[in-house]
Amino acid sequence: MTTPRKHRVTEALWGYAFIAPTALGLGLFYLWPVLQTAYFSFTEWGAFGGHTFSGLDNYERLVHDPEMGRALVNTFAYTLLGLLSIPLAIVFAALLNRKMRGVSVYRTFFFLPVVTMPVAVAMVWRWLYNGDYGLINYGLSLVGVDGPNWVADPDTALYALVVIGVWSSVGYNLIIFLAGMQAIPADYYEAAALDGAGAFRQFFRITLPLLSPTAFFVSVVSVIGSLQLFDLVYVISGSGAAARANPAFPRLQTVVQLFYDRAFVTNDRGYGAAIVMALLLIIVVLTAIQFRLQKRWVHYA
Amino acid sequence: MRATRRIATALLGAAALMLSACSSDDGSGSDDQVTLSYAVWDQTQKAAMDQLAADFTKGHPTITVDVQLTPWEGYWTKLKAAATGGDAPDVFWMNGPNFQLYASNGVISPNPEQVDTSVYPEALVDLYTFDGKMYGLPKDMDTVGVWYNKTLFDAKKVPYPKDGWTWADFQDAAAKLTDPAKGVYGTAASLSSFQEYQYNTIAQAGGYVISPDGKSSGYADPKTIAGLKFWTDLIQKKHSPDLKTMTDTIPLQLFEAGKLGMYWGGSWDVLEFTGNDYTKDKVDVAPLPKGEKQATIIHGVANVVGAKGEHKDQAWEFVKYLGSQPAAQILGKTGPIPAYTGTQTDWVGAHPELKLQTFLDAVNYAVPFPVSKNTAAWNEAELSHLTKAWSGEQPIEQAATELATDMNALLAKE
Repeated sequence: MTTPRKHRVTEALWGYAFIAPTALGLGLFYLWPVLQTAYFSFTEWGAFGGHTFSGLDNYERLVHDPEMGRALVNTFAYTLLGLLSIPLAIVFAALLNRKMRGVSVYRTFFFLPVVTMPVAVAMVWRWLYNGDYGLINYGLSLVGVDGPNWVADPDTALYALVVIGVWSSVGYNLIIFLAGMQAIPADYYEAAALDGAGAFRQFFRITLPLLSPTAFFVSVVSVIGSLQLFDLVYVISGSGAAARANPAFPRLQTVVQLFYDRAFVTNDRGYGAAIVMALLLIIVVLTAIQFRLQKRWVHYA
Repeated sequence: MRATRRIATALLGAAALMLSACSSDDGSGSDDQVTLSYAVWDQTQKAAMDQLAADFTKGHPTITVDVQLTPWEGYWTKLKAAATGGDAPDVFWMNGPNFQLYASNGVISPNPEQVDTSVYPEALVDLYTFDGKMYGLPKDMDTVGVWYNKTLFDAKKVPYPKDGWTWADFQDAAAKLTDPAKGVYGTAASLSSFQEYQYNTIAQAGGYVISPDGKSSGYADPKTIAGLKFWTDLIQKKHSPDLKTMTDTIPLQLFEAGKLGMYWGGSWDVLEFTGNDYTKDKVDVAPLPKGEKQATIIHGVANVVGAKGEHKDQAWEFVKYLGSQPAAQILGKTGPIPAYTGTQTDWVGAHPELKLQTFLDAVNYAVPFPVSKNTAAWNEAELSHLTKAWSGEQPIEQAATELATDMNALLAKE
């Protein structure tokens, strides 16, 4: 005979036992490294390991580092412009959320960039963007426009990057929005149609409000993803000294790229740790703000 | 219950087997049979390295060598991680920019005995000497020359470059070869390989990149700036593509597309240009033009011994063999240029249609590759600053002076 209390304890123990594998993995491979990185951000490293405590030195340097300033501006600009992918994805999702021939073929096309390796995507875009031999400038030359060196020109480089980012994320966002749309009960649309609402009105009055929780999720995820941008820039411009031979690099450099260069190229791991801790803080703050603001625009049905 | 226990026992047994397999691998030194690990980064040299390893084992039956290839992109990251864990290979390839970092941190061993180094170019012996001690032995070497497109020279009736030609001759040829209508430039003032471009003209102008004691930057020196201005002038006169164009399409590709008259390139480009369908019967090579003096950067890979290895004596034996004349002759049959003086005839003879002797003659006036303990840090600063001069955003004097300030700060931290 067990008492209810004892029963509850046993049940709780079983619960912990069940989550133990995941919790251990999470602790060992996520939380522990984060704590370690936090500690390392207060140290100075030798090239082959070994570190000494240096207090707030790294953070002081961070505040005065012009490269960090530039990287932040670029990363924020990229993140903000990258949000364009959300309205685009909603529009395409609405278009694909209809019964028509070949809809699955279209969905596949839109999703293709998502399953393609980012490195391959960036390589192909790099060729497209080539100032003298690229397909884009060839197209422009046919209509008499002399296109710039898209990713080597400081005036266009960041926008060129945003286009690739949006192009490759629309497919993923679109699938999530499609799922969100299909969860909206058909009765709502029938009722609206009976009341005389046209397709546009239905979209703005029913689809959009009921899609807002999905949009919120997508915006949180894309902001975090954009803030961590690395692979695209790495392929477009490289790292370390080679990257800096590109005159547009001051407009391409992102926070994670700067982290990579400091931690792995110039052997400055403590400073690299400080850079990612700053980024972590920024992500936490921005996500918290998004959760605050959602109350104003997200409708949970 | 019994079933689980049986499985557990089986697993334990398997684990024990694996463990013993590992340890028997490691413990091969106990009965005098030693396996050395030898890390290299060049796929095209893998076969030659295997052959050298086999040849070494013939002379040293108790030592076998396991050649481990890691492609260049991951070589240094992997090596650094292994060295941090105290598990660097017994013998591995080292280059100039990384050498002092590894030597000053005690990751590689100074040579345990004096060997005759007069058989190697002096600049390479200096490159691998740190605090008065030499680490490892030079394996190969490379110098720089001017590769030129004979077809473009003929089209503009410009005479081919001659030995002893000067900066003025080069600038003159670049002007004559430039043909905007055809998109052809005399040359390309590349910013992505200082070894082939800036370091050479800096030395030719009588300037320097880093002081001999490795403590201060030479970029504020007027002569160093003259060496840089050589290139920015070419861009300004449009005898070289601008930096944006060279970023989108690298000079090597432009040269191989017949868009550049002259291309400054290392001796390693022999493989590239003889293998390329366009360039293979159109190019030849000339020495670098003379500025205030004649100079080329020399660089070469060395074989070094890891400091924490278990078989350092055997590793040193292997390095001595790799630095010997017979080993150099094996290497010279396939390229690159072996560092051992007098073993390079095979390399030169491989392509009689090219004046490859140019690269060997250059050894006489070669200057060492500029390095310090953390070369990578100021290599990055070089680009951060000089890009501004190359793009025309800043005058070269200003960019170089600011670079000197930054570089001095970085050197002070070493």
